[in-house]
Amino acid sequence: MTIALDLAEAAREPIENAKPQHPALIDELHSVGGLFGIMNVPSGVWIDEDGIIVRPPETAWPGKSMWREIVKIPEQLPDDLDPFLRRSLEQSAKIKSNPQRYLAALKDWVAKGSASEHALTPEEVVARSHGRSTEHSEAAAHFELGQYLQKAGFDDDAVEHFKRAHELDENNWTYKRQAWQYVSPMLQDARAVYGTGWADEVERLGAENYYPPSDLN
Amino acid sequence: MILTSLDIDHAQFERATGWALKSQGACKGEICVPLLAKPEEVDANVISERLGMALVRDEKHGVWALGSETIGPSALSTAQASDFTLPDWRGGEFTLSSLRGQKVFLLAWASW
Repeated sequence: MTIALDLAEAAREPIENAKPQHPALIDELHSVGGLFGIMNVPSGVWIDEDGIIVRPPETAWPGKSMWREIVKIPEQLPDDLDPFLRRSLEQSAKIKSNPQRYLAALKDWVAKGSASEHALTPEEVVARSHGRSTEHSEAAAHFELGQYLQKAGFDDDAVEHFKRAHELDENNWTYKRQAWQYVSPMLQDARAVYGTGWADEVERLGAENYYPPSDLN
Repeated sequence: MILTSLDIDHAQFERATGWALKSQGACKGEICVPLLAKPEEVDANVISERLGMALVRDEKHGVWALGSETIGPSALSTAQASDFTLPDWRGGEFTLSSLRGQKVFLLAWASW
């Protein structure tokens, strides 16, 4: 199943184009992000036949890498490229993922179930899930208020909640990128409103930290 | 979870958070947290305190939001997947537990 952490109007067209045969859900408030501890996309969670999580959220490029096989960043960037876009592409090229390894592991679990070496015990699943503090909980509440107000047309009021969510949970990229999208679609140069944007934050936190490391990536 | 009052609709709360409000307390998987309040007294303040869910109010718009639970140091307090119900792209609703008996690969994505 897929879950779009996104507004319905933004998610609908890509879903329609994909003609999904699986459940394709839309989570405007990112509530599933809070339930499972999802910090970035794409994230995958494996759940067995009894409803037990056997792998908590982790980076999940199933078969293709966004940066290398979908966006296809050229080796030589044009000289007249927008500076923010240039910085974004330069950072994107540093982000590592291993989609083939992830897909192979997923198929192994589908075939072998709990006998797969990639299926974790309940204790490992809980221990590997992201940390959760009162600040994270408060960030989730502010983010939901931001989304609620944004959707209701109160953009300026939404920004204040988004900013607070970003301060409280600075490693949560879904909170940042959703908010920046309203200011600067796709490029995510949100400096005019948030004083920062995608390229700035990846440079600050390190491209190697954009996706937390896992043994499948 | 967005609230327009501090009253908690049990069914809505369970759909959004996976926590079922029962006589013994708030329960998810094998975990039950006593709420230490009479059933008629259980509101967002009680839930917030007992499950460690931040309760944030927007004064101007008169709404609250309950953040995610913090009953342990990890985002997942149990490996039992929280059940949830969300709209699907065709406008219907879909509940995770309807897939019980099958393996589920849950992929979170976004257009941004």
